[in-house]
Amino acid sequence: MDGGYTGLCRRLISEAGASIGDEVLVVTRKGEYRGFLMMRYELGAADHIVLKLANGYNIGVKVWDDSRVVKLSESRPPSFRAVEPPPPDPGLPHVAVISTGGTIASRVDYRTGGVRPALTASDLLSAVPELSGIARISAEVLMSIYSENMNPRNWALMAERVDSLLRSDVDGVVIAHGTDTMGYSAAALSFVLQQPPKPVVLVGSQRSSDRPSSDAALNLVAAVDIAAKAPIAEVGVCMHLGHSDDVIAFHRGVRVVKLHTSSRSAFKSVNCEPLALWTRSGLKIQAEKYHRRGGDDYRFMPGFDERALLLKFYPGMSPEVLEVLRERLCLRGVVLEGTGLGHVSSSFIPTLKRLRDEGVFVGMTSQCRYGRVDMLVYDNGRDLLRAGVVPLDNMLAETALVKLMWVLARAEEYEEVKRLMATNLVGEMGGRSMPEGVG
Amino acid sequence: MVLDYERLGLKVGLEIHRQLNTARKLFCPCPTEYDESGEKISFTRFLREAQSELGELDPAAVFESRKRKKIVYRMDRRSACLVELDEEPPHTLNGEAVEIALTAALLMGSTPVDEIHVMRKIVVDGSNTAGFQRTCVVATGGRVVVDGEAIPIQTITLEEDAARLVESSRGVVEYDLSRLGIPLIEVATAPVIKSPEQAVKAAKAIGDILRATGKVKRGLGTVRQDLNISIRDGALVEVKGVQELELIDDVVEYEVRRQLHLLDVSKRLAARLGGGLPAFNPVDVTHLFTDTKSKVIRRSLDAGGRVMALLLPAFAGLISEEPFKGVRLGAELAAYAKAWAEVEGIFHTDELPGYGITSEEVASLRKYMGAGDADAVVLVADLEHYAVEALRAVYERAAEALRGVPNETRAARQDGSTVYIRPRPGAARMYPETDIPPIPITENYLEELKSRLPETLDRLAERLSRQYGLSRQLVQELIDRERVEIFMEILGKTSASPTVVATTLTETLTSLARDGVDVGRLGERVLLEVFQLLSEGVFSKEMLRDVLARAASEGVSDVRSLVSSMGLAAVDLEEVRRYVDELVERNRSFLGDERAVKRLMGDLMKRYRGRVDGRLLHQILSERVAARTGAAQG
Repeated sequence: MDGGYTGLCRRLISEAGASIGDEVLVVTRKGEYRGFLMMRYELGAADHIVLKLANGYNIGVKVWDDSRVVKLSESRPPSFRAVEPPPPDPGLPHVAVISTGGTIASRVDYRTGGVRPALTASDLLSAVPELSGIARISAEVLMSIYSENMNPRNWALMAERVDSLLRSDVDGVVIAHGTDTMGYSAAALSFVLQQPPKPVVLVGSQRSSDRPSSDAALNLVAAVDIAAKAPIAEVGVCMHLGHSDDVIAFHRGVRVVKLHTSSRSAFKSVNCEPLALWTRSGLKIQAEKYHRRGGDDYRFMPGFDERALLLKFYPGMSPEVLEVLRERLCLRGVVLEGTGLGHVSSSFIPTLKRLRDEGVFVGMTSQCRYGRVDMLVYDNGRDLLRAGVVPLDNMLAETALVKLMWVLARAEEYEEVKRLMATNLVGEMGGRSMPEGVG
Repeated sequence: MVLDYERLGLKVGLEIHRQLNTARKLFCPCPTEYDESGEKISFTRFLREAQSELGELDPAAVFESRKRKKIVYRMDRRSACLVELDEEPPHTLNGEAVEIALTAALLMGSTPVDEIHVMRKIVVDGSNTAGFQRTCVVATGGRVVVDGEAIPIQTITLEEDAARLVESSRGVVEYDLSRLGIPLIEVATAPVIKSPEQAVKAAKAIGDILRATGKVKRGLGTVRQDLNISIRDGALVEVKGVQELELIDDVVEYEVRRQLHLLDVSKRLAARLGGGLPAFNPVDVTHLFTDTKSKVIRRSLDAGGRVMALLLPAFAGLISEEPFKGVRLGAELAAYAKAWAEVEGIFHTDELPGYGITSEEVASLRKYMGAGDADAVVLVADLEHYAVEALRAVYERAAEALRGVPNETRAARQDGSTVYIRPRPGAARMYPETDIPPIPITENYLEELKSRLPETLDRLAERLSRQYGLSRQLVQELIDRERVEIFMEILGKTSASPTVVATTLTETLTSLARDGVDVGRLGERVLLEVFQLLSEGVFSKEMLRDVLARAASEGVSDVRSLVSSMGLAAVDLEEVRRYVDELVERNRSFLGDERAVKRLMGDLMKRYRGRVDGRLLHQILSERVAARTGAAQG
């Protein structure tokens, strides 16, 4: 055992023959402390031993060369005991829950003191027993990674697994996912799993599921309910609409973005309404058009080409950035996150022309997020258009990047890349722009 | 009957909680001063029980989650942020609060920990949005001395105050978030206190040390005293929320008498019953009450409820026995029913017929339940689910009555009695707050704190008495009434006379209170403003009592407009000076005569009594007379 301990602490503990969880006495020049030996917190100073006192509190005890650790008794190691879930009801729809990691599938690890992905999907079921009243759940752990560590290979793996589930007898699929990049994964799955016959619902939580106040439980209940019964067969994201534990929004996968670092209402549909709003009393569909459950037009279209880049323009940015990256990363396409209606500095125009001549696709989105790009309004916009930049309407920059990777994997020619990028394929662009707070 | 506490093996431990007067809350930058007048937004939440790191569920958490209430929170943007909403991780532990806690620890001879670890204590009644309270041990050990006897301190902790309960009804509970996160210091003594009197003295001694830091909040709701009380063969009972020092001995005595009675009941029950209670078997007896005159039952039946009954064999007579005011097994049974099922109350055959229930109804109830003379029957009228849950709680409590005194958490009432609120939480409810890294307390920092420890209240009393020429008794009264802090603030910020301020804060307020004025409504800001206006000469000393009385009865926050509405501030000092000039001019030939000047003063007082301070008038007059006579001579 090292329990996160190094140096002197480690020596004193091992000389005492003590392990994490044992009851020990620590004698230092300042006094004596009796308690249970706890794991060392990663960020703490190295010369402190962590004890849990009899009253449940932890404290850090500083040790010196002349300090002693005495083992008093062995203790049972901390463990999470899952409550046995109730037996499945054969009359209920069948929902597959895939765990990929993230806060929704994480617990405090008392051995490290950190939140880490450790909870299996079936642990979640025992933590949220009402799920068994909504659907028969089959759970599996596909991967266990933080969402910032996700990459297009992970998207592909996820898509492949969901594809095989969509072809099985399940009525819907739920994917537990870390929230940081859940929007990207949702967009990726939206392009690969086109016109799915059943709902594919990504769900996360902003506060870990081991806290009494976690948003995980209600998000998961809504996600499973939607996967089991909703008429909408699309790839979407299920998260809290506001600060209350009552309304859960079901967002279209290509339109959703995380707009807050920590709030439970972090996820918003941008430039459109959520597909539907879920409450305990039912599902209220908001979307004018959606893909209905049970169609036979499902197509599995896998593949991502990672030679694409998302670049946020800022005042004074040198066009050289683009040239160097194009060179070093052998880019085949770039999504620009421009200012306002879709602009970058006119100093970029020669570089953009050259990229166009070399067959590198460059598309324009806006860092405003809300609204659509329009490059006909100002001179500079028209010049950028002439330099070959393709306006991407009201597509989210993140979605545009994912789409570009997907398009590059199936289109060799520039013109075909351009055509696909400018075409609405799964609801990722287009639609009417509405005033704020209306409808 | 006087109790021999020593023979009974009384052990009391204290947990003294006090709000700290920091600029910011413990884990976020929201202020700790707030008023509740502002606009509120509200949101709703649900909390779920969570397993502890030992994989166990906490009994107190299970109690709350069995009720699974909808929780409505009200927040004011001025006094709460996303941290209080549990939608932003806690910021770093407030250094000002740590310093106050360490200062208090050093004053009590406690040993600060080398490293503070913030913990999460599971509390799922909704009083913390997170479902846990953040708390940390800052120091261990130390003592307070009471009548020459050392009472050991176990821990000094720093924790966040809970949200304020606004109202609770079946299925819904509402809280206000302004208070959530205000730093609280908790000083816990070892359970070695042997008498109610010693408990009061120890609590006061701890309170005095906390106040010596000069950084604790004062006034209603800023102090909460919890008591752990046990007697030999009894149980450890935690009594929460004793607000006043004076109530502590009453609470201890009540609790001892309650435990003694429960022990007595358990012995007699064991003798009567032999074995345990039969299995839980609630019986629907609604049909016996279809024509009832009982308003409570009638109302419940009209709302679609049922009357459910539970037989408690051999309990007859024991339920209503009351050896000490308020101590009754019936009160315990009812409290369980209310706490677990939120019913309005229970009926039991010890007190029937009564409450509109006739002797015929009781007779048919006894017959239907097969209850003999030695047996008791408990009734609950409510919607069936709640009635059954209430009887289940009654049954569980009745089963405890056979064993003696249950471990529980109780609340103190204003009359010194206590009432059951929930089971006692276990150690299983504590786990690390992983969002906050441990905070080291270095030797250098402690040395620096030791070099600037505040004076104790005894030293302070000595100093103030000397400095302002006040009697030691008067200063002690200021201290005991927790007014010495505002006394010093007033003297620091105004030119009011120390004697006037001190006597006003003691005698005048006491006499106002005796006359039925709610002096509790005089906040420190109001008191300060009163003395500011007084020393500015806006009103005279003679009017002080009236101003305070009006401010208290009207609950004003703006003293200046109160004073002018009383017609006291109508006098313009320039106008006074002009009038004095005129007076002096008219009487210029008599100015050498001292009696004439006295007469002029009399005229002035007649005109301005109660509106301009006499001393001020005298000063103005003397100045003018001096100027005039000086001018005449020159």
